[in-house]
Amino acid sequence: MKTGVSIFTTAFVALGASWLSLVYAPFQQLGGAKQTIVLQSTDIYPLQRTGEATLGAQVYRANGCAACHSQQVRQRDVATEITLTDLGVHKPVDFADFVKSLSELPELALYKNSLNANLKDWNGGLPKTLWRGTDKDIAAEMADRLKSVGVKSETRIVATGVDIARGWGSRQSVAADYLYDTPVQLGSLRAGPDLANIGVRAPDVNWQLQHLYAPRSLVKNSTMPAFRYLFTVQKIGAQPAPEALVLPKEFEPADGFEVVPTAEAKELAAYLVSLKSNVPLYEAPFTPIIPTK
Amino acid sequence: MNPTENKTFCASEIDASCRVPLLALFGGAALWLVAGLALGTAAVMTFHKPDMFADCPFLTFGRAQAAANDLLLYGFAMPAALGVMLWIFSRLSQSPLALPIVPVAAAHLWHLGVLIGTVAILTGESTGQTWLEYPRVAAVLLFAAFLLIAITAVATFGLRKARELFPSHWFLFAALLWFPWIYSTANLLLPFNHLPRGVVQPIIGWWFANNLIFVWLTLVGVGVAFYFLPKISGRPLTGYGYALFGFLTLVFFGSWVGIPQSAPVPAWLPTVSSVAAALAILPVLALALVVKKSACGAGVSCKGGPFCFIKFGMLGFVVSSVLYVSEFCPRYARVLDFTWFNFGVTQWQLLGFATMIFCGAIYEILPRVMEKDLPFPKLAKVSFFLLASGVLLYVLPLIIGGVEQGMKLHHANVPFAEASAVALKFLRISTTGQLLILLGALCLLLNIFVMTIHWKIGLLKQLIAAVTAPLESTEVKL
Ligand code: HEC
Repeated sequence: MKTGVSIFTTAFVALGASWLSLVYAPFQQLGGAKQTIVLQSTDIYPLQRTGEATLGAQVYRANGCAACHSQQVRQRDVATEITLTDLGVHKPVDFADFVKSLSELPELALYKNSLNANLKDWNGGLPKTLWRGTDKDIAAEMADRLKSVGVKSETRIVATGVDIARGWGSRQSVAADYLYDTPVQLGSLRAGPDLANIGVRAPDVNWQLQHLYAPRSLVKNSTMPAFRYLFTVQKIGAQPAPEALVLPKEFEPADGFEVVPTAEAKELAAYLVSLKSNVPLYEAPFTPIIPTK
Repeated sequence: MNPTENKTFCASEIDASCRVPLLALFGGAALWLVAGLALGTAAVMTFHKPDMFADCPFLTFGRAQAAANDLLLYGFAMPAALGVMLWIFSRLSQSPLALPIVPVAAAHLWHLGVLIGTVAILTGESTGQTWLEYPRVAAVLLFAAFLLIAITAVATFGLRKARELFPSHWFLFAALLWFPWIYSTANLLLPFNHLPRGVVQPIIGWWFANNLIFVWLTLVGVGVAFYFLPKISGRPLTGYGYALFGFLTLVFFGSWVGIPQSAPVPAWLPTVSSVAAALAILPVLALALVVKKSACGAGVSCKGGPFCFIKFGMLGFVVSSVLYVSEFCPRYARVLDFTWFNFGVTQWQLLGFATMIFCGAIYEILPRVMEKDLPFPKLAKVSFFLLASGVLLYVLPLIIGGVEQGMKLHHANVPFAEASAVALKFLRISTTGQLLILLGALCLLLNIFVMTIHWKIGLLKQLIAAVTAPLESTEVKL
């Protein structure tokens, strides 16, 4: 470090290396990302949001919702889960004995405790999760043995982790989820819950609107700020406006007035219900639960 | 003030050449600091009273918080750093500023940019990219202003008499290159053109944020501290080798940190960052060692003077950097990501490190360039204690509360609201800290403001005297 030029060169090389690897390389690797196919289907993912929801993303940006909300689900592992659906001729009690005998097998010895614990307080209700683990071969072996004694079971792939246990998503977020977001608003603080799948959890636009207008009318003790400025309070005309919010008594405006969402509020709500990343992808697999009809 | 220095004609001439640019940079910076702290305090009020700004879009949490953070960084830390840097460059070159008018213009451009940017965020025109919220006009102004100041600094550097370079030179010089590069890359790719799609945006955002807040602030903060520590204590900087090692490891490893461990990006990126973060402990330790050797036992009783500011700032640098680096350890990240912890660490870097160092430097420089003592020297000392206690009271609860919140969030059977309630308790204490910091910043502002007024009155008096003076006979003859 004897001359200005040598300092300059050192700094240039150092920052250049970091620029090449953390800016240029990701740009090359991901910049041309395209839509992918949903696992075990022909559906394309992700789809462009509707026009209203796209505008709503800008309302989300302008009001800095990302200061309190992340849009990113994390996961720990991908596990295989065996769920009993039909015991066939077996009774729950002698089935439990059967499982005990299974767990004596050397290849299942590792799972003995968890198997027994899973069945300990079981009252025989179905479906029942029998086993969860990351070893696919063991899962296949177990499924085979169950089948051989006439017990029906389902093998599912599940993502595990705290975020998923909280019901914030069925799998981790991956790069593909953000393909159409500009700006991408991942957020860095969870003062409020993660919103990556709020459209799955709370698909009702009216719920969203009421929650924005008066969070505490829906969630007691919520610390989410109210966004009343996204609504107008107006005198009720000859007829109440069809889109006026239906509010609990203590949140209602003065008599003869009603609360109607502005265009911004409606766009924001449309955006929120469009937030869904609940389809299995190659890089984030899971077996979706198909609701029984 | 060091009396031997003022006697030499050169030092006072150097100082005088810095007077106008530095006043412009520091005055605006102090104003933004107060504004940023006030806005930040208003923002967290949301957590104490969630409906407070329900009808006021300008102060809604998401906007006020972003504007406040940007004011601390772009409003205060950067112009203050630039001013101090200019002065150090001309002192080290033993030459007056090369182009004294250029930085004056730059200071005004800079402050105009900050004003536009802040108004834009508060009115909902933020770009939505963290630390890059300012819209295009403001970003261009900041960039141009920085270049102007960098040109002045380099030109002054070129005027130096001694060929020898000091550790301060390396750090400050690298900082001059760093910012234009990262700021132009990030702005051109993100808010201006939105070139990259999807997660490439946050990747570039993280790269930028790390290089600005960790690397750039360290470069200038440490560069400034390495100038003042020996200056005030009257002993040369000890540990030249460690300083060099710290500089090299900082620029080579520090610049790769930044990608969060849980980021939804190809796995190699967080892994690279995590390895770099482990290595980035090295510069922190090396630089800490230099500070310890140079500052401890110096026999300077500072009692709230500039030396205290610098020492406290460097302590803040070491602790906040270690905490920052730990965010990238996968084990801790699982618990700490998305909590108040990371927020608290960033605030410590901004307020407990950068702000402390630059406040100290301003208090040290201002009387010299104005050739006048501070109007309220007692307030300056009080402001040290206000800022120091305020910073601790502000960031420690955030950090501890963040850890506790993270541990609760990490157990799926603890309801979300319960984890947030824990953090809320700590947030109460930290708001008190914010108020103390705000008071401390007001002391700084008052000192600079009154000093500026005195100077302007002085100028006016001179002007009046010049105008009303009786004509000299020589002039009559002409
Ligand atoms: C000061 C922090 C804060 C800000 C800013 C904020 N929120 Fe929230 N939000 C919360 C908290 C805390 C909760 C949890 C309590 C509740 O549901 O009201 C929440 C809950 C939510 C929920 C329901 C989540 C669920 O799982 O039930 C939605 C939807 C939501 N916020 C949307 C928004 C939108 C849209 C914005 C921006 C206009 C926003 N939030 C801004 C703190 C915030």
